[in-house]
Amino acid sequence: MSRVNRICVLLLLVLSSSAWSELVIRVTQGNDKPTIVAVSPIALNGIQIKEDIGSIVEADLKRSGLFSAIPRRDMLAFPSTAKDVYYRDWRMLGTEYLVVGAMIPVDEGRYQLDFSLLNVTAQKTEFNHRVSGTKSQMRDLAHLISDKIYREITGIRGAFSTRLAYVTANRENGKYVYRLNVSDADGAREKLMLESPEPIMSPSWAPNGKELAYVSFETGRPAIFRQNLVTASRQQLTNFTGLNGAPSWSPDGKKMALVLSKDGNPEIYMLDLLSKKLTRLTRHFAIDTEPTWMPDGKHLLFTSDRGGTPQIYKLNIASKATQRLTFRGNYNARASLAPDGRTLALIHRASSTFHVASFDLVTGRLIELTETRLDESPTVAPNGAMLMYATKQGDRGVLAAVSLDAGVRYVLPAKSGDVREPAWSPFLR
Amino acid sequence: MIQRNKFGLSAIVLSMALAGCSSAPTDESTDIEDTSVQTGQVDTSVIDDSAIEVAMAADTVFYFDYDKALLKPESRAALLEHAASLNNNPRSVRLEGHADERGTREYNMALGERRANAAKEFLVLQGVSAGLIEVVSYGEERAASYGSNDSAWSMNRRVELK
Repeated sequence: MSRVNRICVLLLLVLSSSAWSELVIRVTQGNDKPTIVAVSPIALNGIQIKEDIGSIVEADLKRSGLFSAIPRRDMLAFPSTAKDVYYRDWRMLGTEYLVVGAMIPVDEGRYQLDFSLLNVTAQKTEFNHRVSGTKSQMRDLAHLISDKIYREITGIRGAFSTRLAYVTANRENGKYVYRLNVSDADGAREKLMLESPEPIMSPSWAPNGKELAYVSFETGRPAIFRQNLVTASRQQLTNFTGLNGAPSWSPDGKKMALVLSKDGNPEIYMLDLLSKKLTRLTRHFAIDTEPTWMPDGKHLLFTSDRGGTPQIYKLNIASKATQRLTFRGNYNARASLAPDGRTLALIHRASSTFHVASFDLVTGRLIELTETRLDESPTVAPNGAMLMYATKQGDRGVLAAVSLDAGVRYVLPAKSGDVREPAWSPFLR
Repeated sequence: MIQRNKFGLSAIVLSMALAGCSSAPTDESTDIEDTSVQTGQVDTSVIDDSAIEVAMAADTVFYFDYDKALLKPESRAALLEHAASLNNNPRSVRLEGHADERGTREYNMALGERRANAAKEFLVLQGVSAGLIEVVSYGEERAASYGSNDSAWSMNRRVELK
Protein backbone atom coordinates (compact mmCIF):
# COMPACT_ATOMS: atom_id res chain seq x y z
CA MET A 1 0.00 0.00 0.00
CA SER A 2 1.18 3.48 -0.74
CA ARG A 3 2.56 5.17 2.30
CA VAL A 4 1.75 8.51 0.84
CA ASN A 5 -1.80 9.48 1.59
CA ARG A 6 -2.33 6.54 3.87
CA ILE A 7 -3.99 8.95 6.18
CA CYS A 8 -7.12 10.02 4.45
CA VAL A 9 -8.29 13.22 5.91
CA LEU A 10 -11.91 12.84 6.70
CA LEU A 11 -13.16 15.93 8.31
CA LEU A 12 -15.64 15.65 11.04
CA LEU A 13 -16.31 19.22 11.89
CA VAL A 14 -18.32 19.30 15.03
CA LEU A 15 -19.53 22.81 15.30
CA SER A 16 -20.90 23.95 18.56
CA SER A 17 -21.32 27.28 20.19
CA SER A 18 -19.15 27.92 23.18
CA ALA A 19 -17.42 30.73 24.95
CA TRP A 20 -14.21 31.88 23.32
CA SER A 21 -11.07 31.62 25.37
CA GLU A 22 -8.41 34.25 25.50
CA LEU A 23 -6.40 32.54 22.82
CA VAL A 24 -8.83 33.30 20.05
CA ILE A 25 -10.56 36.38 21.37
CA ARG A 26 -9.18 38.40 18.48
CA VAL A 27 -11.41 36.52 16.12
CA THR A 28 -14.43 38.73 15.63
CA GLN A 29 -16.81 35.89 14.87
CA GLY A 30 -17.25 32.60 16.60
CA ASN A 31 -17.48 29.34 14.75
CA ASP A 32 -21.23 29.39 15.23
CA LYS A 33 -21.10 32.26 12.75
CA PRO A 34 -18.20 31.37 10.48
CA THR A 35 -16.80 33.77 7.91
CA ILE A 36 -18.11 32.83 4.47
CA VAL A 37 -15.33 32.52 1.94
CA ALA A 38 -15.39 31.49 -1.71
CA VAL A 39 -12.28 30.03 -3.33
CA SER A 40 -12.57 30.29 -7.10
CA PRO A 41 -10.68 27.46 -8.85
CA ILE A 42 -7.12 28.52 -9.61
CA ALA A 43 -6.66 29.15 -13.37
CA LEU A 44 -3.94 26.75 -14.52
CA ASN A 45 -3.40 28.09 -18.05
CA GLY A 46 -2.74 24.59 -19.38
CA ILE A 47 -0.37 23.54 -16.60
CA GLN A 48 -1.09 19.97 -15.60
CA ILE A 49 -0.97 19.27 -11.89
CA LYS A 50 -2.71 16.56 -9.94
CA GLU A 51 -3.60 18.72 -6.93
CA ASP A 52 -6.62 20.97 -6.86
CA ILE A 53 -5.08 23.97 -5.14
CA GLY A 54 -8.37 25.76 -4.59
CA SER A 55 -9.87 22.70 -2.88
CA ILE A 56 -6.86 22.35 -0.58
CA VAL A 57 -7.17 26.00 0.45
CA GLU A 58 -10.88 25.57 1.01
CA ALA A 59 -10.34 22.44 3.14
CA ASP A 60 -7.67 24.21 5.21
CA LEU A 61 -9.92 27.13 5.98
CA LYS A 62 -12.93 24.94 6.78
CA ARG A 63 -10.87 22.70 9.08
CA SER A 64 -9.97 25.71 11.21
CA GLY A 65 -13.64 25.95 12.11
CA LEU A 66 -13.64 29.70 11.51
CA PHE A 67 -14.79 29.54 7.88
CA SER A 68 -17.49 28.05 5.75
CA ALA A 69 -17.07 27.87 1.99
CA ILE A 70 -19.32 28.57 -0.98
CA PRO A 71 -19.47 25.31 -3.00
CA ARG A 72 -18.19 25.53 -6.57
CA ARG A 73 -21.48 24.38 -8.01
CA ASP A 74 -23.11 27.54 -6.63
CA MET A 75 -20.55 29.86 -8.25
CA LEU A 76 -21.76 31.79 -11.29
CA ALA A 77 -18.26 32.33 -12.62
CA PHE A 78 -14.70 31.21 -11.88
CA PRO A 79 -12.73 34.49 -11.97
CA SER A 80 -8.96 34.22 -11.66
CA THR A 81 -8.08 37.89 -11.29
CA ALA A 82 -9.66 40.77 -9.41
CA LYS A 83 -10.68 42.57 -12.57
CA ASP A 84 -12.85 39.62 -13.66
CA VAL A 85 -14.91 39.74 -10.48
CA TYR A 86 -18.53 40.88 -10.47
CA TYR A 87 -18.93 41.61 -6.79
CA ARG A 88 -22.71 41.64 -6.99
CA ASP A 89 -22.82 37.94 -7.96
CA TRP A 90 -20.73 37.01 -4.94
CA ARG A 91 -22.67 39.23 -2.55
CA MET A 92 -25.86 37.47 -3.62
CA LEU A 93 -24.30 34.16 -2.57
CA GLY A 94 -23.50 35.63 0.85
CA THR A 95 -19.75 35.61 0.21
CA GLU A 96 -17.72 37.79 2.54
CA TYR A 97 -14.30 37.07 1.08
CA LEU A 98 -13.31 35.76 -2.34
CA VAL A 99 -10.00 34.16 -3.28
CA VAL A 100 -8.91 34.27 -6.94
CA GLY A 101 -5.64 33.17 -8.49
CA ALA A 102 -3.86 32.07 -11.62
CA MET A 103 -0.74 30.02 -12.20
CA ILE A 104 1.82 30.39 -15.01
CA PRO A 105 5.03 28.50 -15.73
CA VAL A 106 8.33 30.28 -15.20
CA ASP A 107 11.79 28.93 -15.87
CA GLU A 108 13.46 25.72 -14.61
CA GLY A 109 10.23 23.80 -13.94
CA ARG A 110 9.00 26.41 -11.52
CA TYR A 111 5.53 27.84 -11.48
CA GLN A 112 4.25 31.05 -10.06
CA LEU A 113 0.82 31.65 -8.68
CA ASP A 114 -0.60 35.14 -8.28
CA PHE A 115 -3.54 35.22 -5.95
CA SER A 116 -5.68 37.90 -4.37
CA LEU A 117 -7.98 38.09 -1.38
CA LEU A 118 -10.99 40.22 -2.18
CA ASN A 119 -13.31 41.73 0.40
CA VAL A 120 -16.72 41.30 -1.21
CA THR A 121 -18.57 43.51 1.26
CA ALA A 122 -16.16 46.40 0.81
CA GLN A 123 -15.61 45.60 -2.91
CA LYS A 124 -11.86 45.91 -2.55
CA THR A 125 -8.70 43.88 -2.85
CA GLU A 126 -7.25 43.10 0.59
CA PHE A 127 -3.91 41.93 -0.81
CA ASN A 128 -2.16 40.37 -3.79
CA HIS A 129 0.57 37.80 -3.32
CA ARG A 130 2.83 35.85 -5.65
CA VAL A 131 4.03 32.42 -4.60
CA SER A 132 6.32 30.17 -6.64
CA GLY A 133 7.43 26.55 -6.45
CA THR A 134 7.90 23.32 -8.39
CA LYS A 135 5.26 20.77 -9.35
CA SER A 136 6.05 18.71 -6.26
CA GLN A 137 5.33 21.74 -4.08
CA MET A 138 1.76 22.44 -5.13
CA ARG A 139 0.44 21.50 -1.68
CA ASP A 140 3.01 23.84 -0.13
CA LEU A 141 1.73 26.61 -2.38
CA ALA A 142 -1.86 25.86 -1.34
CA HIS A 143 -1.06 25.85 2.39
CA LEU A 144 0.86 29.09 2.04
CA ILE A 145 -2.17 30.69 0.39
CA SER A 146 -4.30 29.41 3.29
CA ASP A 147 -1.84 30.89 5.81
CA LYS A 148 -1.95 34.32 4.17
CA ILE A 149 -5.74 34.38 3.97
CA TYR A 150 -6.20 33.11 7.54
CA ARG A 151 -3.85 35.76 8.90
CA GLU A 152 -5.46 38.58 6.94
CA ILE A 153 -8.96 37.73 8.10
CA THR A 154 -8.39 36.48 11.67
CA GLY A 155 -5.26 38.38 12.66
CA ILE A 156 -3.75 35.04 13.76
CA ARG A 157 -0.77 33.50 12.01
CA GLY A 158 -1.87 30.47 10.00
CA ALA A 159 -0.42 27.03 10.81
CA PHE A 160 -1.47 25.24 7.60
CA SER A 161 2.13 25.03 6.32
CA THR A 162 3.26 23.09 9.38
CA ARG A 163 3.82 19.35 9.78
CA LEU A 164 2.87 16.53 12.08
CA ALA A 165 5.11 13.76 13.32
CA TYR A 166 3.40 10.64 14.69
CA VAL A 167 3.95 6.96 15.34
CA THR A 168 1.97 4.12 13.79
CA ALA A 169 1.88 0.52 14.96
CA ASN A 170 0.64 -2.22 12.64
CA ARG A 171 0.60 -5.98 12.92
CA GLU A 172 1.85 -7.32 9.61
CA ASN A 173 2.31 -11.08 9.12
CA GLY A 174 2.00 -11.61 12.84
CA LYS A 175 4.73 -9.15 13.67
CA TYR A 176 4.56 -5.61 14.89
CA VAL A 177 5.89 -2.85 12.66
CA TYR A 178 6.42 0.56 14.24
CA ARG A 179 6.79 3.59 12.00
CA LEU A 180 7.69 7.18 12.63
CA ASN A 181 5.96 9.33 10.01
CA VAL A 182 5.83 12.98 9.09
CA SER A 183 2.93 14.49 7.17
CA ASP A 184 1.51 17.88 6.37
CA ALA A 185 -0.69 19.33 9.12
CA ASP A 186 -3.75 18.14 7.16
CA GLY A 187 -2.47 14.54 7.14
CA ALA A 188 -1.54 14.56 3.44
CA ARG A 189 1.89 13.67 1.99
CA GLU A 190 2.78 11.16 4.70
CA LYS A 191 6.51 10.36 4.63
CA LEU A 192 8.24 7.52 6.44
CA MET A 193 11.09 8.61 8.71
CA LEU A 194 11.84 5.30 10.41
CA GLU A 195 10.52 1.76 10.44
CA SER A 196 11.36 -0.73 13.15
CA PRO A 197 10.15 -4.05 14.59
CA GLU A 198 10.68 -2.54 18.06
CA PRO A 199 8.66 0.30 19.61
CA ILE A 200 9.21 3.93 18.61
CA MET A 201 7.97 6.60 21.03
CA SER A 202 7.85 10.25 22.03
CA PRO A 203 8.72 12.25 18.89
CA SER A 204 9.85 15.81 19.70
CA TRP A 205 10.56 18.53 17.13
CA ALA A 206 13.72 20.59 17.10
CA PRO A 207 12.70 24.26 17.27
CA ASN A 208 13.95 24.80 13.69
CA GLY A 209 11.63 22.06 12.41
CA LYS A 210 14.49 20.23 10.69
CA GLU A 211 15.09 17.41 13.16
CA LEU A 212 13.15 15.07 15.40
CA ALA A 213 14.22 13.43 18.63
CA TYR A 214 12.47 10.21 19.64
CA VAL A 215 12.80 7.02 21.64
CA SER A 216 13.57 3.81 19.76
CA PHE A 217 13.86 0.29 21.23
CA GLU A 218 15.87 -1.00 18.26
CA THR A 219 18.83 -1.87 20.51
CA GLY A 220 16.58 -4.01 22.71
CA ARG A 221 16.15 -1.23 25.26
CA PRO A 222 14.91 2.34 25.04
CA ALA A 223 17.38 4.91 23.71
CA ILE A 224 17.02 8.50 22.52
CA PHE A 225 17.90 9.33 18.93
CA ARG A 226 17.91 12.48 16.85
CA GLN A 227 17.25 12.40 13.11
CA ASN A 228 17.46 15.00 10.37
CA LEU A 229 14.32 15.08 8.20
CA VAL A 230 16.01 16.01 4.92
CA THR A 231 19.25 13.99 5.12
CA ALA A 232 17.81 11.11 7.22
CA SER A 233 21.09 11.04 9.16
CA ARG A 234 20.52 9.87 12.72
CA GLN A 235 22.48 9.79 15.92
CA GLN A 236 21.95 7.90 19.18
CA LEU A 237 22.08 10.39 22.05
CA THR A 238 21.69 8.18 25.12
CA ASN A 239 22.46 4.62 26.10
CA PHE A 240 21.98 4.43 29.85
CA THR A 241 20.70 1.59 31.98
CA GLY A 242 16.95 1.87 32.47
CA LEU A 243 14.62 4.46 31.01
CA ASN A 244 15.91 6.78 28.31
CA GLY A 245 12.80 8.73 27.47
CA ALA A 246 10.63 11.77 26.95
CA PRO A 247 13.08 13.94 24.97
CA SER A 248 12.13 17.62 24.73
CA TRP A 249 14.19 20.10 22.72
CA SER A 250 14.97 23.43 24.40
CA PRO A 251 13.62 26.60 22.73
CA ASP A 252 17.15 27.55 21.55
CA GLY A 253 17.73 24.04 20.19
CA LYS A 254 20.99 23.59 22.13
CA LYS A 255 19.77 21.38 24.95
CA MET A 256 17.44 18.51 25.48
CA ALA A 257 15.42 17.70 28.58
CA LEU A 258 14.97 13.96 29.00
CA VAL A 259 14.26 11.21 31.52
CA LEU A 260 16.81 8.70 32.78
CA SER A 261 16.33 6.09 35.50
CA LYS A 262 20.00 5.12 35.78
CA ASP A 263 19.94 6.35 39.40
CA GLY A 264 17.22 3.84 40.28
CA ASN A 265 14.07 5.77 39.45
CA PRO A 266 13.03 8.22 36.73
CA GLU A 267 14.65 11.64 37.03
CA ILE A 268 14.68 14.69 34.73
CA TYR A 269 18.02 15.43 33.13
CA MET A 270 19.27 18.10 30.75
CA LEU A 271 21.67 17.14 27.96
CA ASP A 272 23.82 19.81 26.33
CA LEU A 273 23.74 18.67 22.69
CA LEU A 274 27.11 20.23 21.83
CA SER A 275 29.24 19.36 24.87
CA LYS A 276 27.21 16.20 25.71
CA LYS A 277 27.29 17.35 29.33
CA LEU A 278 24.50 15.82 31.36
CA THR A 279 22.91 17.73 34.27
CA ARG A 280 20.56 16.08 36.73
CA LEU A 281 17.62 18.37 37.53
CA THR A 282 15.36 16.37 39.87
CA ARG A 283 16.22 14.32 42.93
CA HIS A 284 13.22 12.42 44.22
CA PHE A 285 12.29 8.78 44.74
CA ALA A 286 8.98 9.34 42.92
CA ILE A 287 8.38 9.17 39.16
CA ASP A 288 9.55 12.36 37.46
CA THR A 289 8.91 12.39 33.71
CA GLU A 290 7.47 14.17 30.64
CA PRO A 291 9.54 17.37 30.81
CA THR A 292 8.54 20.24 28.54
CA TRP A 293 10.19 23.64 28.25
CA MET A 294 8.74 27.00 29.16
CA PRO A 295 9.37 29.54 26.36
CA ASP A 296 11.95 31.38 28.54
CA GLY A 297 14.25 28.34 28.39
CA LYS A 298 14.78 28.68 32.15
CA HIS A 299 11.93 26.56 33.45
CA LEU A 300 10.56 23.10 32.73
CA LEU A 301 7.17 21.63 33.39
CA PHE A 302 7.09 17.92 34.25
CA THR A 303 4.86 15.15 35.58
CA SER A 304 5.60 13.74 39.05
CA ASP A 305 3.76 11.47 41.46
CA ARG A 306 5.79 12.78 44.42
CA GLY A 307 2.52 14.00 45.98
CA GLY A 308 0.93 10.54 45.68
CA THR A 309 -0.75 11.03 42.30
CA PRO A 310 0.67 12.26 38.99
CA GLN A 311 0.51 16.06 38.83
CA ILE A 312 2.20 18.84 36.85
CA TYR A 313 5.16 20.60 38.48
CA LYS A 314 7.28 23.55 37.45
CA LEU A 315 11.05 23.38 37.79
CA ASN A 316 13.50 26.27 37.89
CA ILE A 317 16.53 24.92 36.02
CA ALA A 318 19.05 27.20 37.78
CA SER A 319 17.84 26.73 41.36
CA LYS A 320 16.23 23.28 40.79
CA ALA A 321 13.32 24.50 42.92
CA THR A 322 10.01 22.79 42.12
CA GLN A 323 6.44 23.99 42.51
CA ARG A 324 3.27 21.97 42.11
CA LEU A 325 0.84 23.54 39.62
CA THR A 326 -2.19 21.23 39.33
CA PHE A 327 -4.43 20.22 42.22
CA ARG A 328 -7.81 19.33 40.71
CA GLY A 329 -8.29 15.60 40.22
CA ASN A 330 -5.92 12.69 40.87
CA TYR A 331 -4.26 12.47 37.44
CA ASN A 332 -2.82 15.41 35.52
CA ALA A 333 0.07 14.52 33.22
CA ARG A 334 1.96 15.13 29.97
CA ALA A 335 1.76 18.91 29.75
CA SER A 336 2.10 20.61 26.36
CA LEU A 337 2.43 24.37 26.46
CA ALA A 338 0.62 26.69 24.05
CA PRO A 339 2.74 29.41 22.45
CA ASP A 340 1.17 32.05 24.70
CA GLY A 341 3.28 30.54 27.50
CA ARG A 342 0.32 30.40 29.87
CA THR A 343 -2.13 27.79 28.56
CA LEU A 344 -1.25 24.15 29.14
CA ALA A 345 -2.83 21.19 27.42
CA LEU A 346 -2.60 18.11 29.61
CA ILE A 347 -4.15 14.70 30.23
CA HIS A 348 -6.70 14.84 33.03
CA ARG A 349 -8.49 11.86 34.55
CA ALA A 350 -12.10 12.45 35.48
CA SER A 351 -14.25 9.54 36.74
CA SER A 352 -11.86 6.94 35.27
CA THR A 353 -11.72 8.42 31.76
CA PHE A 354 -8.76 10.33 30.36
CA HIS A 355 -9.48 13.63 28.64
CA VAL A 356 -7.43 16.44 27.21
CA ALA A 357 -7.88 19.51 29.39
CA SER A 358 -6.56 23.04 29.22
CA PHE A 359 -4.99 24.56 32.30
CA ASP A 360 -4.41 28.29 32.71
CA LEU A 361 -1.12 28.85 34.51
CA VAL A 362 -2.25 32.28 35.73
CA THR A 363 -5.78 31.61 36.95
CA GLY A 364 -5.34 27.91 37.72
CA ARG A 365 -8.54 27.12 35.82
CA LEU A 366 -8.78 23.63 34.33
CA ILE A 367 -11.26 22.93 31.51
CA GLU A 368 -11.90 19.55 29.91
CA LEU A 369 -11.77 19.93 26.14
CA THR A 370 -12.60 16.46 24.82
CA GLU A 371 -15.36 13.91 25.15
CA THR A 372 -13.26 10.94 24.05
CA ARG A 373 -12.13 8.66 26.88
CA LEU A 374 -8.60 7.32 26.36
CA ASP A 375 -6.84 10.50 25.31
CA GLU A 376 -3.06 10.86 25.19
CA SER A 377 -0.23 13.03 23.89
CA PRO A 378 -1.72 16.52 23.41
CA THR A 379 0.35 18.79 21.15
CA VAL A 380 -0.53 22.42 20.53
CA ALA A 381 -0.26 24.00 17.05
CA PRO A 382 2.42 26.70 16.88
CA ASN A 383 -0.27 29.37 16.44
CA GLY A 384 -2.13 28.13 19.53
CA ALA A 385 -5.46 27.78 17.73
CA MET A 386 -5.80 23.99 17.75
CA LEU A 387 -4.27 21.05 19.52
CA MET A 388 -3.94 17.50 18.30
CA TYR A 389 -4.03 14.40 20.48
CA ALA A 390 -4.28 10.63 20.25
CA THR A 391 -7.40 8.76 21.24
CA LYS A 392 -9.30 5.54 20.51
CA GLN A 393 -12.11 4.87 18.07
CA GLY A 394 -13.27 1.38 18.88
CA ASP A 395 -10.02 -0.50 19.47
CA ARG A 396 -8.04 1.64 17.03
CA GLY A 397 -5.75 4.51 17.87
CA VAL A 398 -6.57 7.67 15.90
CA LEU A 399 -5.49 11.29 15.92
CA ALA A 400 -8.02 13.96 16.73
CA ALA A 401 -7.91 17.73 17.02
CA VAL A 402 -9.76 20.22 19.16
CA SER A 403 -9.52 23.99 19.39
CA LEU A 404 -8.25 25.36 22.68
CA ASP A 405 -11.74 26.69 23.38
CA ALA A 406 -13.26 23.26 22.55
CA GLY A 407 -15.45 24.83 19.84
CA VAL A 408 -13.96 22.96 16.88
CA ARG A 409 -13.15 19.27 16.66
CA TYR A 410 -12.04 16.92 13.92
CA VAL A 411 -10.57 13.43 13.57
CA LEU A 412 -7.86 12.14 11.24
CA PRO A 413 -8.55 8.41 11.05
CA ALA A 414 -5.92 6.07 9.65
CA LYS A 415 -6.90 3.40 7.16
CA SER A 416 -5.26 0.66 9.23
CA GLY A 417 -3.40 0.11 12.44
CA ASP A 418 -2.89 2.39 15.39
CA VAL A 419 -1.84 6.01 15.05
CA ARG A 420 -0.46 7.66 18.14
CA GLU A 421 1.76 10.34 19.63
CA PRO A 422 1.23 13.31 17.34
CA ALA A 423 3.80 16.09 17.61
CA TRP A 424 2.92 19.36 15.88
CA SER A 425 5.92 21.01 14.26
CA PRO A 426 6.97 24.59 14.92
CA PHE A 427 6.42 27.17 12.16
CA LEU A 428 8.59 26.06 9.24
CA ARG A 429 8.96 29.33 7.36
CA MET B 1 14.31 24.96 -19.20
CA ILE B 2 10.60 25.42 -19.40
CA GLN B 3 8.78 22.22 -18.57
CA ARG B 4 6.75 20.97 -21.52
CA ASN B 5 3.38 19.41 -21.17
CA LYS B 6 0.96 18.09 -23.74
CA PHE B 7 -0.09 21.61 -24.53
CA GLY B 8 3.50 22.21 -25.56
CA LEU B 9 4.31 25.56 -27.01
CA SER B 10 0.81 26.94 -26.83
CA ALA B 11 0.99 26.88 -23.05
CA ILE B 12 4.24 28.77 -23.15
CA VAL B 13 2.88 31.33 -25.54
CA LEU B 14 -0.22 31.67 -23.45
CA SER B 15 1.78 32.04 -20.30
CA MET B 16 3.97 34.67 -21.89
CA ALA B 17 0.87 36.50 -22.96
CA LEU B 18 -0.55 36.23 -19.45
CA ALA B 19 2.70 37.35 -17.91
CA GLY B 20 2.72 40.27 -20.29
CA CYS B 21 -0.68 41.53 -19.27
CA SER B 22 -0.14 40.58 -15.64
CA SER B 23 -3.21 42.08 -14.13
CA ALA B 24 -2.83 42.08 -10.37
CA PRO B 25 0.01 44.06 -8.88
CA THR B 26 1.93 41.83 -6.46
CA ASP B 27 2.33 43.20 -2.95
CA GLU B 28 4.86 40.55 -1.96
CA SER B 29 5.99 37.12 -3.04
CA THR B 30 7.22 33.85 -1.52
CA ASP B 31 9.44 31.15 -2.99
CA ILE B 32 8.82 27.67 -1.61
CA GLU B 33 12.01 25.85 -0.65
CA ASP B 34 12.57 22.14 -0.94
CA THR B 35 12.18 20.42 2.44
CA SER B 36 11.34 16.89 1.35
CA VAL B 37 11.58 14.19 4.02
CA GLN B 38 13.93 11.18 3.68
CA THR B 39 13.66 7.83 5.46
CA GLY B 40 16.22 6.73 8.05
CA GLN B 41 17.47 3.21 8.70
CA VAL B 42 17.51 1.36 11.99
CA ASP B 43 20.63 -0.61 12.74
CA THR B 44 19.90 -4.17 11.78
CA SER B 45 21.20 -5.62 15.04
CA VAL B 46 18.81 -8.43 15.89
CA ILE B 47 17.67 -8.71 19.44
CA ASP B 48 18.55 -12.05 20.91
CA ASP B 49 15.42 -13.79 22.10
CA SER B 50 17.17 -17.06 22.93
CA ALA B 51 16.64 -16.62 26.65
CA ILE B 52 12.95 -17.25 26.14
CA GLU B 53 13.72 -20.79 25.06
CA VAL B 54 15.08 -21.81 28.47
CA ALA B 55 12.52 -24.07 30.08
CA MET B 56 11.02 -22.62 33.21
CA ALA B 57 8.56 -24.54 35.29
CA ALA B 58 7.17 -21.65 37.31
CA ASP B 59 5.07 -18.82 35.89
CA THR B 60 7.16 -16.26 34.01
CA VAL B 61 4.46 -13.57 33.80
CA PHE B 62 3.44 -11.66 36.91
CA TYR B 63 0.33 -9.51 36.94
CA PHE B 64 -0.36 -6.29 38.84
CA ASP B 65 -3.30 -4.21 40.02
CA TYR B 66 -4.11 -0.92 38.33
CA ASP B 67 -1.56 1.80 39.03
CA LYS B 68 0.23 -0.55 41.46
CA ALA B 69 3.67 -2.15 41.54
CA LEU B 70 3.00 -4.53 44.41
CA LEU B 71 3.79 -8.22 43.83
CA LYS B 72 0.81 -10.49 44.34
CA PRO B 73 1.17 -13.67 46.52
CA GLU B 74 1.16 -15.99 43.46
CA SER B 75 3.88 -13.85 41.84
CA ARG B 76 6.02 -14.06 44.97
CA ALA B 77 5.62 -17.83 45.02
CA ALA B 78 6.70 -18.13 41.40
CA LEU B 79 9.60 -15.70 41.89
CA LEU B 80 10.80 -17.82 44.86
CA GLU B 81 11.14 -20.77 42.50
CA HIS B 82 12.98 -18.65 39.94
CA ALA B 83 15.31 -17.33 42.64
CA ALA B 84 16.16 -20.87 43.72
CA SER B 85 16.79 -21.90 40.12
CA LEU B 86 18.95 -18.82 39.44
CA ASN B 87 20.94 -19.34 42.64
CA ASN B 88 21.67 -22.94 41.64
CA ASN B 89 22.36 -22.13 38.04
CA PRO B 90 23.24 -18.43 37.61
CA ARG B 91 22.42 -16.88 34.22
CA SER B 92 21.42 -13.46 32.90
CA VAL B 93 17.70 -12.71 32.87
CA ARG B 94 15.56 -9.86 31.67
CA LEU B 95 12.56 -8.50 33.52
CA GLU B 96 10.27 -6.66 31.09
CA GLY B 97 7.75 -4.34 32.73
CA HIS B 98 4.46 -3.36 31.10
CA ALA B 99 1.47 -1.12 31.79
CA ASP B 100 -2.05 -0.99 30.43
CA GLU B 101 -2.95 1.67 27.88
CA ARG B 102 -4.64 4.07 30.29
CA GLY B 103 -2.74 7.22 31.12
CA THR B 104 0.20 8.78 29.34
CA ARG B 105 2.90 6.81 27.54
CA GLU B 106 6.00 8.06 29.28
CA TYR B 107 4.35 7.84 32.69
CA ASN B 108 3.44 4.25 31.81
CA MET B 109 7.10 3.63 30.93
CA ALA B 110 7.91 4.63 34.49
CA LEU B 111 5.11 2.42 35.87
CA GLY B 112 6.36 -0.56 33.87
CA GLU B 113 9.85 -0.03 35.23
CA ARG B 114 8.54 0.26 38.79
CA ARG B 115 6.84 -3.14 38.40
CA ALA B 116 9.92 -4.78 36.90
CA ASN B 117 12.04 -3.30 39.69
CA ALA B 118 9.67 -4.77 42.29
CA ALA B 119 10.32 -8.22 40.81
CA LYS B 120 14.06 -7.54 40.62
CA GLU B 121 14.25 -6.44 44.26
CA PHE B 122 12.41 -9.57 45.30
CA LEU B 123 14.89 -11.79 43.42
CA VAL B 124 17.87 -9.87 44.85
CA LEU B 125 16.49 -10.31 48.39
CA GLN B 126 16.46 -14.04 47.65
CA GLY B 127 20.16 -13.90 46.87
CA VAL B 128 20.16 -13.50 43.10
CA SER B 129 22.99 -11.25 41.94
CA ALA B 130 21.63 -7.87 40.80
CA GLY B 131 24.21 -7.89 38.01
CA LEU B 132 22.45 -10.83 36.36
CA ILE B 133 19.12 -9.01 36.11
CA GLU B 134 18.34 -6.46 33.43
CA VAL B 135 15.19 -4.40 33.80
CA VAL B 136 13.56 -3.04 30.63
CA SER B 137 10.23 -1.24 30.62
CA TYR B 138 8.00 -1.28 27.56
CA GLY B 139 5.29 0.85 29.17
CA GLU B 140 2.09 0.41 27.15
CA GLU B 141 3.98 -0.13 23.89
CA ARG B 142 3.67 -3.93 23.75
CA ALA B 143 0.24 -5.05 24.78
CA ALA B 144 -0.24 -8.79 25.44
CA SER B 145 -3.98 -8.48 24.93
CA TYR B 146 -5.74 -6.07 22.59
CA GLY B 147 -8.91 -4.27 23.42
CA SER B 148 -9.87 -1.37 25.62
CA ASN B 149 -11.58 -3.22 28.45
CA ASP B 150 -10.84 -4.46 31.98
CA SER B 151 -9.88 -8.00 30.99
CA ALA B 152 -7.40 -6.83 28.34
CA TRP B 153 -5.98 -4.23 30.69
CA SER B 154 -5.48 -6.82 33.48
CA MET B 155 -3.48 -9.01 31.07
CA ASN B 156 -1.30 -6.06 30.09
CA ARG B 157 -0.26 -4.88 33.58
CA ARG B 158 2.55 -7.38 33.90
CA VAL B 159 6.21 -8.23 34.24
CA GLU B 160 7.68 -10.92 32.04
CA LEU B 161 10.77 -12.87 33.08
CA LYS B 162 12.93 -13.84 30.13
